[in-house]
Amino acid sequence: MGLQHLTSLQKDAIKEVSNIGAAHAATALHQLLGEKVSMTVPKVSVVPLSDICEVLGQPEEPMIGVYLRVFGDAPSKILYLFPREEALFLAGLLLTEEDRQENGDILGELEVSALKEIGNILTGAYVYAFSDFTGLNMLSSVPALTYDMVGAILNTILVDLGASSDYALLIETKLLACEVKITGHFFLMPDPGSLAKILDALGVKD
Amino acid sequence: MTGGIRVGMSEIAVSRAPDVLIAIGLGSCVGVCFYDPLLKCGGMAHVMLPDSTQILGAGAEITKPGKFADTALPELLRKVTELGALPSRLEVKIAGGAQMFNFNGDNGRMQIGPRNVETIEQLLAAMNLKLAGKNTGGNCGRSVRFDLATGMLTVKMINSPDIII
Repeated sequence: MGLQHLTSLQKDAIKEVSNIGAAHAATALHQLLGEKVSMTVPKVSVVPLSDICEVLGQPEEPMIGVYLRVFGDAPSKILYLFPREEALFLAGLLLTEEDRQENGDILGELEVSALKEIGNILTGAYVYAFSDFTGLNMLSSVPALTYDMVGAILNTILVDLGASSDYALLIETKLLACEVKITGHFFLMPDPGSLAKILDALGVKD
Repeated sequence: MTGGIRVGMSEIAVSRAPDVLIAIGLGSCVGVCFYDPLLKCGGMAHVMLPDSTQILGAGAEITKPGKFADTALPELLRKVTELGALPSRLEVKIAGGAQMFNFNGDNGRMQIGPRNVETIEQLLAAMNLKLAGKNTGGNCGRSVRFDLATGMLTVKMINSPDIII
């Protein structure tokens, strides 16, 4: 399945199922934070690996990335990117004042833990809805977190795609919360073999 | 870091002074730089993965030689010698190969970053090329800027001052 040859019908189908996943994720985050949360309509793009670090425009901008892998019928990767201040604000909503340990360049253990948990909850809701809609069995890993240049985060996560492809499929949703004080980026990146399975499950294989 | 020739993931670029070759956002990838100080020319490969034969099987068709260490290094060497560089004069510098994410319980298997560095160092030794400097490993992403006027490789990371090798 060549990524470059995705039809617009196929892209729309992927968009639709991602939208359902994103809506569930937004609801889950809303319940967790008690704040208004919305997610934008997903953008489906096929990006050459050589241009991956530019997808957010500012490849050297440091951001917090929470990364999870999805196992099962359609192995994929999930990545959340937040600007540092916004991530800390988000984490702060789950922590008490005494819990907060962020200090200059170092993220406190509890902040890291809170952000990973947010990644977990969003992913759980997203994957559940995606799996329910497609009938594909999917299960997410524990989250990992890093604070680094956006370009390096994206490169590292997608590096193994290079074994079988020169392109990556990115399904991107923006996550807006707390009166847009928080604007996170959410990426779902199906592994090369998974796309055909997802398209098949959605009935748009050909 | 603007105003240079950008070398994206899996790409190879060669040029001469006063050009500057730049790779932004090296995570587990490694920037491999070859430099001929006499002719002030050189090149950079932005290597993603260690070994094409392990991953694709021997003799597989390679669309982007810059992607794998074992195909990128000979191709980079070929391209710099086309510019007149002499292999015996080449100074080699490498940067990158970080391990940015740690999953709980994922420690046993060596990850791509360190494997890239190890493979590249073995290949350089086998090709009889001398490693003049490196900044590899750790868990930080890097941007590198390779100045073909001086052969200096500037490594930029967040939370630390620039390192020149």
